[in-house]
Amino acid sequence: MNIVIIGNGITGITCARNIRKLDSNAFITVISEESEHFFSRTALMYIYMGHMKFEHTKPYEDWFWNKNRISLIRAYVKTLNSKDKTLHFDNGKSIAYDKLIIASGSIPNKFGWPGENLYGVQGLYSIQDLEQMERNTKNISSAVIVGGGLIGIEMAEMLHSRKIEVKMLIRENLYWSNILPREEAQLIGKHISAHGIDLRFNTELREIISDDQDRVKGVLTNTGEQFECQFVGLTAGVKPNIGFLEKHELETERGILINEYFETSIPDIYAAGDCAQFRNPKSGEPAVEQLWYTGKMQSETLARTICGDKSAYNRGIWFNSAKFFDLEYQTYGQVLPEINDQQKSFYWEHLNGKHAFRANYSNKDESILGFNFIGIRFRQAIAEDWIREHKTIDFVIQNLKKGWFDPEFSKAYYNDISHSYLQSLKGGNEE
Amino acid sequence: MKDISLSIASPSAANPLQKMGAALTACAILCSIIAAFGVGKSHPLLFFFLITGLFISGGIFYSIPYFKAQAGIKNDGIMQNSLSSRGAIAWGIAILMTGFYIILYWFPYYLEGLIRTMDPLSMMLRGKASDQWFLYGAFYTLAVLIMGMRFIAKYKFSRYHIIRTISVMFFQLGFAFLLPAFLLKLNQPEFYFSYFWPLKYSYLFPNDLDYLIQSGNLGVFMVFWGLVMTFIATPILTYNFGKRWYCSWVCGCGALAETLGDPYRQNSDKSLKAWKIERWMVHSVLVFITLTTALLWLNSWKSGTILGDASGLFSQWYGFLIGSVFSGVIGTGFYPIMGSRVWCRFGCPMAAILGLFQRFKSKFRITTNGGQCISCGNCSTYCEMGIDVRAYAQKGENIIRASCVGCGVCSSVCPRGVLKLENLEEEGRFIPYIRHEDKK
Ligand SMILES: Cc1cc2nc3c(=O)[nH]c(=O)nc-3n(C[C@H](O)[C@H](O)[C@H](O)COP(=O)(O)OP(=O)(O)OC[C@H]3O[C@@H](n4cnc5c(N)ncnc54)[C@H](O)[C@@H]3O)c2cc1C
Ligand code: SF4
Ligand code: SF4
Repeated sequence: MNIVIIGNGITGITCARNIRKLDSNAFITVISEESEHFFSRTALMYIYMGHMKFEHTKPYEDWFWNKNRISLIRAYVKTLNSKDKTLHFDNGKSIAYDKLIIASGSIPNKFGWPGENLYGVQGLYSIQDLEQMERNTKNISSAVIVGGGLIGIEMAEMLHSRKIEVKMLIRENLYWSNILPREEAQLIGKHISAHGIDLRFNTELREIISDDQDRVKGVLTNTGEQFECQFVGLTAGVKPNIGFLEKHELETERGILINEYFETSIPDIYAAGDCAQFRNPKSGEPAVEQLWYTGKMQSETLARTICGDKSAYNRGIWFNSAKFFDLEYQTYGQVLPEINDQQKSFYWEHLNGKHAFRANYSNKDESILGFNFIGIRFRQAIAEDWIREHKTIDFVIQNLKKGWFDPEFSKAYYNDISHSYLQSLKGGNEE
Repeated sequence: MKDISLSIASPSAANPLQKMGAALTACAILCSIIAAFGVGKSHPLLFFFLITGLFISGGIFYSIPYFKAQAGIKNDGIMQNSLSSRGAIAWGIAILMTGFYIILYWFPYYLEGLIRTMDPLSMMLRGKASDQWFLYGAFYTLAVLIMGMRFIAKYKFSRYHIIRTISVMFFQLGFAFLLPAFLLKLNQPEFYFSYFWPLKYSYLFPNDLDYLIQSGNLGVFMVFWGLVMTFIATPILTYNFGKRWYCSWVCGCGALAETLGDPYRQNSDKSLKAWKIERWMVHSVLVFITLTTALLWLNSWKSGTILGDASGLFSQWYGFLIGSVFSGVIGTGFYPIMGSRVWCRFGCPMAAILGLFQRFKSKFRITTNGGQCISCGNCSTYCEMGIDVRAYAQKGENIIRASCVGCGVCSSVCPRGVLKLENLEEEGRFIPYIRHEDKK
């Protein structure tokens, strides 16, 4: 079997590795235009900040690919010919496949803002973006970031590490409030401000202003304010990177349309990771999953299907994690920005504003639905077990210690949390 | 792909306080060199206070920005700084330190002036004049204390780091510097209660045992202490806490690596090849010292008839190759180039024994939190023992490696809170995390 994979990100590479584990005879080829070897996209910020070099972000040593007989080709796939099952590269060469896996990832969103193509204006997704950011931010003093998501805050931290003044334009009235409940959004917003980032809420980009050399010199907002800056980071989300399929009959919408087996509209072509879109997502689950974790889980399942054990994707209990400057955040299960009328929520926050805990649970049987932890590390396996087994909120609060994952000798807050929970029962001041 | 970090500009100018601290430290080194050239002999007290005062104030100035900053990981610019990323400054320091060791071991007379500056302190503590080893001990302890303060400042958000750093500072100052000096003053054997066989290999050599036993009750206690620590306490403690109880809480070599060596921890080699070399080397050293000790006993039991002088020669060579060249010149002198734990990783026989326990019979592990790893590489980069922590974490496996000294830095630098050092029950520590959906 001749398997060709487009994309050497976490999705493509996990797929290749897992196929190799299950099938020692398959021919596996991975194609990418971005880099020779797989690296960790999530670590881009640390290269800029000087915590690591590019070398350190490669999860496998260079000999690994040869040893596992995974061929790597560095080229851009220009066209797909599904009739005679070939791919054509920009360098004129081509390759044939029996099975094709598309894991082409994302590109940053642009919304047609005036001036979005000026020098000094960019998103952050690829290693080339990072190199460009390096050039664009040389000897500058101030920057504006548009969009307050996870890549936005990473960009802010990066620039801040080079003593560049940062303003963030955020459409909502709180930080990341389309994901976080109010209290967490406030707490994290305060922490970011304490690091010297100027958060501008209820503010949208209207226009990017250029100097006479087509370089950015400032931005204009919907509130009529004008900020001077020499760099604009566009971090208003990402979208599937499927431009090279534009003229092809493969069905796409936002991303490449797939079913729960990652099958596209054409036989023997599969898609997974950031570039794929589920035709019929399960209720409460997004159609396009743009995460490291989901890329990994999707491709592990897909590898099984490719090797003959047809398996449907089950992402299991939702989890995610992030870090906002020094604040770590972990979430398990379902915690929406606002609870509905079948849910209750208990929230605890330390006086110092650096630690918080939230548990959402069902109105009816008090069973736990999801957690947010800020400045607290918690065991994933335990949180998931509790959610899966519908443990009650009382049980959860009493047993927090079991899942506590903070380093040894750290101050533990489970007693404070349980105390505050009992208090709230008495006072009845739950949300 | 080219190493793109080479094209990355150096971060904004270092903090002025830190520059000041570096300048003061440089002055201290300069004063030491001047003293060594003879002036130290004529003005010992002046130079003693000048040198220690400059070193300490340099350390304080260097640490202030850490104390003042927001708590959090402070690794900005490490890969772009010449000092920490094997640049010219790093090579300069490596040459300086290696040179110091060479002079100290083989040409101490060049240090005469500097040794004399320690006379007042030596008289006070030991009741006798200083020699090169006292000078070395004083500098060593000073380095651990000053750089320990810096480490505490850098990791002020972590009680694990604060407590264990205070612990190594305490053991270095108390057990490896003051107490042996004091014993000497009381006409007792100069004994280090914080070192045991096989790190302090001579503590189980027949000659040393004879000497201790003959020196009186305290000497007998010392022999007893050494035997208990080597054969009883070490296995028990390592079973319960992993090798960290010694390597990053008590040991003097560990103390220097964790403090003076911390700026260089990222330079350890993480390749599979390095791991292979490490296993061969460190276990060979263990075999070598065990054989040497056994031979010496055999020889003394047969009153020197079977081997004659051969076993003595064996131990002399061990002392030269391992005790001096490896642990000192290479182990410490090469910090800036090969990372802070070269000796602990490739050469220390104590680490080898502790490691075998840790790997095969211990409750200690670094737990990986489910599927949370984003393969960023911070943990592997900052592991001073060159362990590719990420290789385990991204598979959901716990990290159980003979060489892990339990410094806890991987856990601190992990941006997703994936790693936790802990002692749990022994069963199940090798079982990886498997998603509930994937369990068959
Ligand atoms: C700065 C940053 C931080 C992030 N942090 C986190 C985080 O903390 N946690 C988390 O869960 N997620 C995070 N993400 C998201 C996560 O990195 C992505 O979801 C994940 O990398 C997607 O993996 P993938 O393999 O699907 O695609 P990608 O990693 O994008 O890989 C696709 C590859 O395919 C190549 N390619 C595409 N088209 C072609 C073509 N036509 N020919 C040849 N090659 C092609 C691309 O060049 C690319 O190398 C972050 C993303 C960024 C940018
Ligand atoms: S694995 Fe972690 S705790 Fe062990 S030595 Fe390396 S950094 Fe330290
Ligand atoms: S630092 Fe944490 S997230 Fe990064 S590779 Fe290591 S374990 Fe994974």
